[in-house]
Amino acid sequence: MAEPTIPILAAERLSKRFAFGAETITALSEADFTLHRGEFICLIGPSGCGKSTLLRMVGGFETPSEGRLLMWGKPVGGPGPDRGMVFQDYGLFPWLTVAGNIAFGPLARGRPKAEAAATARRFIETVGLTRFADAYPHQLSGGMKQRVAIARVLANDAEIVLMDEPFGALDAFTRERLQQELLDIWARTKLTVIFVTHAIEEAILLADRVVVMAAAPGRIVADERIDLPRPRDPTEPAFNLLRRRLSAMLGGHH
Amino acid sequence: MSATAARGFVPRQALLAIAAPVLVLVLWHFTTSGRTYSLIPPPLEVAKQWWDLAFGGLYDDLYSRTLLTHTLASLSRVYGGFALAAAVALPLGMLIGRVRVVRDLLDPTLQLLRPIPVTAWLPLAMIVFGIGPRSAFFLVFLGAFYPVLLNTIFGVRNVEGRLFEAAAMLGVSPQATFWKVVLPAALPSIFTGIRLGLGFAWVVIVVGEMTGVQTGLGAIIMEARQLSRTEIVMSGMITIGVLGFLSDQVVQMIGNRLLRWNPQHG
Ligand SMILES: Nc1ncnc2c1ncn2[C@@H]1O[C@H](COP(=O)(O)OP(=O)(O)OP(=O)(O)O)[C@@H](O)[C@H]1O
Ligand SMILES: [Mg+2]
Repeated sequence: MAEPTIPILAAERLSKRFAFGAETITALSEADFTLHRGEFICLIGPSGCGKSTLLRMVGGFETPSEGRLLMWGKPVGGPGPDRGMVFQDYGLFPWLTVAGNIAFGPLARGRPKAEAAATARRFIETVGLTRFADAYPHQLSGGMKQRVAIARVLANDAEIVLMDEPFGALDAFTRERLQQELLDIWARTKLTVIFVTHAIEEAILLADRVVVMAAAPGRIVADERIDLPRPRDPTEPAFNLLRRRLSAMLGGHH
Repeated sequence: MSATAARGFVPRQALLAIAAPVLVLVLWHFTTSGRTYSLIPPPLEVAKQWWDLAFGGLYDDLYSRTLLTHTLASLSRVYGGFALAAAVALPLGMLIGRVRVVRDLLDPTLQLLRPIPVTAWLPLAMIVFGIGPRSAFFLVFLGAFYPVLLNTIFGVRNVEGRLFEAAAMLGVSPQATFWKVVLPAALPSIFTGIRLGLGFAWVVIVVGEMTGVQTGLGAIIMEARQLSRTEIVMSGMITIGVLGFLSDQVVQMIGNRLLRWNPQHG
């Protein structure tokens, strides 16, 4: 990039503490990072290192205890449609159909009915659920629900998509397909994505950058650029090299 | 129609459902019919009495062709009392469930009053409202009130927290959250309350009408008992049973339509 651009997101010495009985838990300690528009970053680290906490602060569901979190240079406020969250447990509205769930955001923001329905139809197609447009969430498989959750934030013009282990509960086959679909959508739309995962391979497969975190207190310990050309092949030696590097950073447990 | 042909048209479930009532009817018939000193009249006598109550032409006494009047009187009290109860309990339940001050203000009192059985209110109701239909109406109101109230409170309080986050993330304003999230999420529970409340209204109506009311199914049941007209007592009971059943079926049908999305329904 020739000229310096304002980052879409910037964390400056960002900390979050929780009161836990008489103790305080430092879920995140002095995190610094920037995220540029169109970037795909993965947060990886052991359980309890503050990945969800960081993501939820970006989403506006938690407020920082210290430091600053800026979007386009302005402090992040409460939750809003510019930051779409894909929850691990989907968080779909059970009383709405697939189409209804996806049209929910546009309707909530005052779009006319016909327009919201057309938007929903488009994104149902994007995630390949056309046959299930009128199904209710309880009639869908986990992978299908996750597709709806993704379509829902895409249909709502989210600038940053936040995903907290979205494919963690899915079988390997479904996970691979959704990873590929996500990359396709990302390549087409140039979304900015923050993706939390436990799996090193998933992080290397998806991300432009992998942010490595450690626990007690939760903190960022490394920020690795992944320069492998896309589409990436997990059997390549370069892929393996990265996998070993990250594995070593994470303490070799993976 | 032969049994095999019937099986072709009537689903298995309906056949099973009808089996127990038929068995009861048969037992009832063979234990009572032809015995002069039986306390319970045989089913055929009850059926004749019911016919006379409904359409007349058999006994032509004071009770002939009065069933419609009594039924309408009871129906108006059941649905009137229930509607009033729902009109108060639904908004109140939503307020108690969602607004902290209202909950702190009213919930303890309501919980304190709740263990008092509806029937225990009857004497007080008679003192306040006098002997007559107004006491019955009040009792129905009370009977339907708590099921609707408690289930509404439960429903609006137990909305999954994730759904609020999802709604906020999608751009729902805090003011719109109630209509877009809380109410639809609470609907199954609210519906359970309505069904229980209406069922209870039918239970309570008889007690309410047993005290000096002139019309109503409860009233003729009580009056007929004093005159030892057991066939009338049983005709009234059967009428109440069937009406309550039909009423519940209608409510369930509405519910299944409205709550298609809920795996517990439909
Ligand atoms: N609401 C809360 N109240 C108290 N403590 C909390 C709260 N949320 C998170 N924590 C604590 O903050 C720390 C970080 O939690 P967080 O959920 O961010 O971890 P994580 O990296 O997402 O872990 P996992 O991989 O298991 O999901 C943990 O020690 C957790 O107990
Ligand atoms: Mg987490």
